[in-house]
Amino acid sequence: MNSILIIVFAPLVAAIVAGLGGRWIGHTAAKAITTGGLFLAAGLSWPIFLSFIAGTGEAGVTPVLTWVHSGALTFDWALRVDTLTAIMLVVITSVSALVHLYSWGYMEEDPDQSRFFAYLSLFTFAMLMLVTADNLVQMFFGWEGVGLASYLLIGFWYKKPSANAAAIKAFVVNRVGDLGFMLGIFGTFLVFQTTSIDAILEAAPAMQGSTITFMGARWDTMTILCLLLFVGAMGKSAQLGLHTWLPDAMEGPTPVSALIHAATMVTAGVFMVCRLSPMFETAPDALVVVTVIGAATCFFAATIGTTQWDIKRVIAYSTCSQLGYMFFAAGVGAYGAAMFHLFTHAFFKALLFLGAGSVIHAMHHEQDMRYYGGLRKEIPITFWAMMFGTLAITGVGVYHLGAGFAGFWSKDGILEVAYAAAGEYSTLAFWLGTFAALLTSFYSWRLMFLTFWGKPRWIESEHIQHSVHKTPEEAGADTTGGYHPHESPWTMLVPLGVLSVGAIASGQVFHHAFLESAEFWNGAIAYNEHLMHEMHLVPMWVKYSAFTVMVIGLLGAIYAYLIKPSVPKATAEQLGPVYRFIYRKWMFDELYNYVFVKPAFWLGRILWKKGDEGTIDRFGPNGVAWVVERGAVFAKKVQSGYLTSYALIMLLGLVAAITWVLF
Amino acid sequence: MGDFPILTAMLVVPLIGAIACLFLDAKPARMVALLATLIDLALGIVLWANFDIGGAQWQFTERANLFAGFEYALGIDGIALMLIMLSVFLMPICIGASWEAITKRVGEYMCAFLVMETLMIGVFAAQDIFLFYIFFEAGLIPMYLIIGVWGGQNRIYAAYKFFLYTLLGSVLMLIAMLWMVNFANGETSIPVLMETNFPAEAQTWLWLAFFASFAVKMPMWPVHTWLPDAHVQAPTAGSVILAGVLLKLGGYGFIRFSLPMFPDASADFGWLVWGLSMVAVVVTSLIALVQHDMKKLIAYSSVAHMAIVTVGLFAFNVQGLEGAMMVMLGHGLVSGALFLCVGVIYDRLHTREIDRYGGLSINMPAYAVLFMLFTMASVGLPGTSNFVGEFLSLAGIYQANSWVAFICTTGIILGAAYMLYLYRRICFGEQKNADAAAMPDLSVREWLLLGPIAAAVLWMGVYPESFLAPMRSDIQILDARLAAAAPEGDAHLEIGEGASAQEEHHEGEAH
Repeated sequence: MNSILIIVFAPLVAAIVAGLGGRWIGHTAAKAITTGGLFLAAGLSWPIFLSFIAGTGEAGVTPVLTWVHSGALTFDWALRVDTLTAIMLVVITSVSALVHLYSWGYMEEDPDQSRFFAYLSLFTFAMLMLVTADNLVQMFFGWEGVGLASYLLIGFWYKKPSANAAAIKAFVVNRVGDLGFMLGIFGTFLVFQTTSIDAILEAAPAMQGSTITFMGARWDTMTILCLLLFVGAMGKSAQLGLHTWLPDAMEGPTPVSALIHAATMVTAGVFMVCRLSPMFETAPDALVVVTVIGAATCFFAATIGTTQWDIKRVIAYSTCSQLGYMFFAAGVGAYGAAMFHLFTHAFFKALLFLGAGSVIHAMHHEQDMRYYGGLRKEIPITFWAMMFGTLAITGVGVYHLGAGFAGFWSKDGILEVAYAAAGEYSTLAFWLGTFAALLTSFYSWRLMFLTFWGKPRWIESEHIQHSVHKTPEEAGADTTGGYHPHESPWTMLVPLGVLSVGAIASGQVFHHAFLESAEFWNGAIAYNEHLMHEMHLVPMWVKYSAFTVMVIGLLGAIYAYLIKPSVPKATAEQLGPVYRFIYRKWMFDELYNYVFVKPAFWLGRILWKKGDEGTIDRFGPNGVAWVVERGAVFAKKVQSGYLTSYALIMLLGLVAAITWVLF
Repeated sequence: MGDFPILTAMLVVPLIGAIACLFLDAKPARMVALLATLIDLALGIVLWANFDIGGAQWQFTERANLFAGFEYALGIDGIALMLIMLSVFLMPICIGASWEAITKRVGEYMCAFLVMETLMIGVFAAQDIFLFYIFFEAGLIPMYLIIGVWGGQNRIYAAYKFFLYTLLGSVLMLIAMLWMVNFANGETSIPVLMETNFPAEAQTWLWLAFFASFAVKMPMWPVHTWLPDAHVQAPTAGSVILAGVLLKLGGYGFIRFSLPMFPDASADFGWLVWGLSMVAVVVTSLIALVQHDMKKLIAYSSVAHMAIVTVGLFAFNVQGLEGAMMVMLGHGLVSGALFLCVGVIYDRLHTREIDRYGGLSINMPAYAVLFMLFTMASVGLPGTSNFVGEFLSLAGIYQANSWVAFICTTGIILGAAYMLYLYRRICFGEQKNADAAAMPDLSVREWLLLGPIAAAVLWMGVYPESFLAPMRSDIQILDARLAAAAPEGDAHLEIGEGASAQEEHHEGEAH
């Protein structure tokens, strides 16, 4: 049981050693310690996970240290392991270990490598604290800890203004979500007098139907608590409205995007909803909100994904969209399906990001897909890895063969269960999800075709021009510009290979446990046996709907990007404002800038200059000083030294005094 | 412990040092001051080690009659103990921070600091209400001198503003104290007065009189405008002690006087404190966002943090009170450290203008790490000192009023915005200013100043039990005293039919 202590704290120790001691022990030692720590953690995590798969795992809590005891509000440091945690453990440690290894190659020339590895390990520690939390406050510790690591890693190249801006944006937008999370914890404590997750989940059903006042309005208790906590989940998991930080987070190095902004941190919100699923089950209205937000995000992000040119941003919006699937799966009550998609998505999305990193590495840091093309032959291993990732995310698989890539099992499962739940909102989610699956297929293949097929368009890239010292004119007909993309070193290819296995097989191998086994879950989530049973009884057209739209998306992409490359431009022009609206990400950034950012600075200036200085100081201390000064001038005049004026004042005073006494 | 008068010793040691400093040259004066503060720190550790947690409420009591009913009475509870520890911990750091920065009138400067240490410890240890008053008000004088003599360009204005504000409140407080002692038949003992039930009508006026003093010291919006000026003009160590300890006097006053002595009035005026605190969190955070002056920015952030203290205090529950105390301790460390961080680069470049810096992560990596730690502590990242306090405080106020909790919790968003924006402009980006880019990293002396605070910040964040335990029984006593007056929360939880009815529903669905 106590291997969990090593799993969680090895990354912390490694982070401290590499971060604070990196300058003395050197880059190689720092990298070796952090990577070694993570492989150790991963090596210890898999047996735990497999023991739960085999049904021999036992849930338990390892206490670590007292934290805060304040009256009834007590919470301690403790590590909890159950099925849900075990899943997260393997996802986090495996992807993190591979990303560490990958970074040996990717960050090879960076002068601040040890700092980078220290941040990666620190992130892993915080994420592990999050998923092993036994109470809401430790979860919040991990929550904010991963936020810190994310902030540091997005801004890792801190000389770049865009990276700094993105880092701050990520932290602050997440804090908006955290505001909800914190209020949710406060409310939960108020209602249940505890922050222990077990105790809350146990007491939640009895609170059903109770009401509470929050900010002046009367609410169903469980609904408002779940909604507040869900706001936190929305922030961390980049759901519609609080998603704006995620695409900008791509300013960070690509391994970071793979680990934090695809496989682990952004899924924390889904994890939270699943962890608290018995609580959410007592709040059907809150679940409707989860479903609708999830479905809307999955659709909206997918639309943007079809229009972006930056390879990482496409994958980022894809992540946002896939998280939407997970949320609406949770919203319709299929927490197992949500967790399954989280699990498979971690592998294939990390694979896609690392593959994209390998492409970027090969293309001299160029990220714009318009300047790629024809890379299939140049970097074949990367190509195949990306191919497996794409086959997984688009959900390639055939129901009747009972075979398919990872995404086929998990995404199709979600669509089926949404249909099976048969509520009006879950049906809406089914249709939006199905349409998003079409878009997913389209933008994923678009990415593949633009990158790996067609003619090279490399010379138009400034990065390539820098590399080969040629302008497009000088290069003439040779659109490669004489540039030779190189396949990445083995440290980068090995993680691609391992993750490819996950993208191919993780659905096939584990779908039974995640989707059909109440024994596997063993009470770690609210497992709705009935719903999971219904899921298998959906009509055949539902089972094939995802497959059908996947093929349509693929054909569309083939037509638009291989057969007739003039189509995309023409379509964009035809759509005009609609295209621009989508291309500019539904204008969220502009909107927030006008509604929040600018007014905040404007208000700050007004309150400072007009408020503090113009009013409080003016009428306060400066005003008093002015009165005193004037008073002194007046007193000086009065003290003229003339006896007559003194006599006159005395007389007036006497009259006044008598008047006051007599009347 | 025996009968060793340790509290008196803690008052006398700095005082002797102070007198000695007046007659010494710069170098020996520094040494004497450092020695005196270190001895006091050692005494403080002995004090803490011998404090009997869960024992008598008042420990280490000393008593001697002075003239005319005045009494020299000392004694501490856990709350006072923690604030004394904060003071003695920060003092040697302040002396160290002034080691090279202060070059004129060093003896007098050190004297002022040591006198201030005596007065601060005196405030927390005094058990006689007039003795408290003397310490409380006399603390103004050395601070006034430190700002007025060793301050920056505009020091006279700042010193005068500081004095004017803080004096104004204290006159009213003295009158109130006289009335109280008169009412209690000449009883001047604070522990006795804390258990005296003052008539409700009188409480209102007494509360307001004390409020006038404490609100300024805190400082609460709108009587906060002395703070940014005082901080900007004060030398680094002055800012450290001002933010670290002097701002805590207001909170200590509330917890020692206003709440236990006037519980009914405190409850009646809860809305006033809440209102001012809510305004403070939002307004001063927004103002902090647009500052160009590093010290002003941190000063405004202090006002916002102190508002979390006041809402915690006036939440009327254990979490709020303990949270308020923890914010005071945490903020004492973190804001002190942030002012030191400002001091480190101010000493090198002699400007507080944020735009004159940039890219310091490149040439001052160790500094950047520590500054990041304190920035994160300031925004209340879990695992650091401020989180524990803010979390408890806000959890406390949530039970009283969810609107107040909501508004005050927005501070975590705004706080993150202005602190990270500050950090970005100083440490990140290109090295656009050649002189800033040439600055050397932390010296050994600076490491010795910031390192211990960093350790304390993490200690308080990971294992706050060390700090909560000594205060626990005192907070419980106070909470019990407030219980009768405490306003009802706004949640009004009404238990519904529960799961039984729902279960039937579920079963019906399943089959």
